[in-house]
Amino acid sequence: MSSAPDTLDRPGEINARPVRHPGRWIAIAVLAVLAAMLISSFVTNAKWDWPFVWQVMKYKPVITGLLAGTILGTIGAMIIGVVLGVLLAIMRLTDNPVLKGASWLYIWFFRGIPRYVLLIVMSVGILYLYDTLTIGLPFLPVTFFTINVKTFSTGLFVGILALGLSEAAYMAEIARAGILSVDKGQDEAACALGMSKGLSMRRVILPQAMRVIVPPTGNETLSMVKDTSLLVAVPVTNEMFFQAQAVSQATYKVMPSLIAAVIWYLIVSTILGMGQSWLERHFGRGFGAQTSVQNDTRVKFLGLRGGGGN
Amino acid sequence: MSTQSESARPLVEAINVTKAFHGNEVLKGIDLHVNPGEVVCLLGPSGSGKTTFLRCINQLETINGGRIFVDGELMGYRDQGGQLYRLKDKEIAAQRREIGMVFQRFNLFPHRTALQNVMEAPVHVKRQKAATVRADALALLDRVGLADRANHYPSQLSGGQQQRVAIARALAMQPKLMLFDEPTSALDPELVGEVLLTMRELAEGGMTMIVVTHEIAFARDVADRVVFMDGGVVVEQGPSREIIARPQHERTKSFLRRILTEQDETPEAHPDAPDAGIPAHLRKHS
Repeated sequence: MSSAPDTLDRPGEINARPVRHPGRWIAIAVLAVLAAMLISSFVTNAKWDWPFVWQVMKYKPVITGLLAGTILGTIGAMIIGVVLGVLLAIMRLTDNPVLKGASWLYIWFFRGIPRYVLLIVMSVGILYLYDTLTIGLPFLPVTFFTINVKTFSTGLFVGILALGLSEAAYMAEIARAGILSVDKGQDEAACALGMSKGLSMRRVILPQAMRVIVPPTGNETLSMVKDTSLLVAVPVTNEMFFQAQAVSQATYKVMPSLIAAVIWYLIVSTILGMGQSWLERHFGRGFGAQTSVQNDTRVKFLGLRGGGGN
Repeated sequence: MSTQSESARPLVEAINVTKAFHGNEVLKGIDLHVNPGEVVCLLGPSGSGKTTFLRCINQLETINGGRIFVDGELMGYRDQGGQLYRLKDKEIAAQRREIGMVFQRFNLFPHRTALQNVMEAPVHVKRQKAATVRADALALLDRVGLADRANHYPSQLSGGQQQRVAIARALAMQPKLMLFDEPTSALDPELVGEVLLTMRELAEGGMTMIVVTHEIAFARDVADRVVFMDGGVVVEQGPSREIIARPQHERTKSFLRRILTEQDETPEAHPDAPDAGIPAHLRKHS
């Protein structure tokens, strides 16, 4: 009512005051006080011992543990998980009842076992049951080749395999949902162009399914980063959390050692999160996904300044 | 126009085709011959089986009875001494390469640009060199009037533009036969004309076309023959002008009467108008 209308009778451009959001300002104030309290305790409480945290973070066994156990473990397990998971999803969606059943059985089995237990069972059990692995015809004296399990069964290899096999069961469901999300007309269009089922899956269906598959796969990858700390069950000693704990036990500085691990996990998660948003943009092309996401964040910030009227 | 086909042999020959979905018989013995270079429109009320029949021709649906031959080749089966053997997935895919199809809802690949959509099949199905295909694809996009939209994604194009890209995509495989499944039914009324014009140019170029449509003006002016279907059978067929102007069968008469009042146009209104394929301002589009 403060701004007068234009000289003409017809209403002109709207110059309205935005809705006030006093709740937001109160929340900011409360959180700012809490954050200040936390930071002041970080600085004043000597038991945090930040210099020691930093020392543990760059301590060589912790770094190699981070590279081998945490990062290599995550990458290896996720590669096995995604490839096998997509394969299982495709098996589940074929008309072939045998493949369908096999896929269902696999998923049922590996989703039913805790990863910690699976890691122990696979590391201890496989070596106990089969010290050599012979590939041949069942019940017949025909062998193709023999593998000495001991040479393969280093802790990290078994650990990655176990985590990957477990992950595949979850990825299969994610991939299946992604494949089913693609419009049936896409496959028909591909078929009408003379594509075989496989080519249609590879060139048309999967690239579109990725848009649905990537976000939950990002979650799975983050979970995997954290689940590599379970590798201690194999046991894998060349793993970051195990090494950080070893430092804490040797020095009795428990919290600083653990905080070093926490910070490393946060750093790795942050980098992976950035990789995920890049992938989402890549597979979202043609869907106008990225612009809407950008607009959403902008709206949120504007809202905080009282500019957004939503 | 395909050059190698002799005019004596029909390009498409459907004999007593039947199809049932879960016991519900949708096609009850369809016979249809389409000669090379001929344009045939399938007309009829929804549920008459015309779309299903079209989809049977390139085996998006498998038929329960009868035979369909395209260019003398039995579709979907190998006949060995009277015994039929189902073809493998790859062999069926090979048969489909000869047949282009345009869908009601376009079904462009949304993750690829217009140009990539057109190039997709020649490069990955025919395994031709990308550089040659690219030039051909650009020429095709130019032919449908979309050379300047080559690098747009389908979501950035209007419905009419998407459908024209879909036509170019089907043409890129150099098919002997083009199937159109209600190509303008999903379009806003003002976009119908540009798609019909593209199809008209294609027909004038000698392409053999089977078109399921509700566009009576297009059927009358562009098609050589119309086939009226109802309840899974061919009720009546003949030269397009004749059937639309003087339908013999009662069901054809009532269908045409109903659809022409909706399309606000009488069949004799402008029999020789050059723009007859372009719709009047009011037009049925579903």
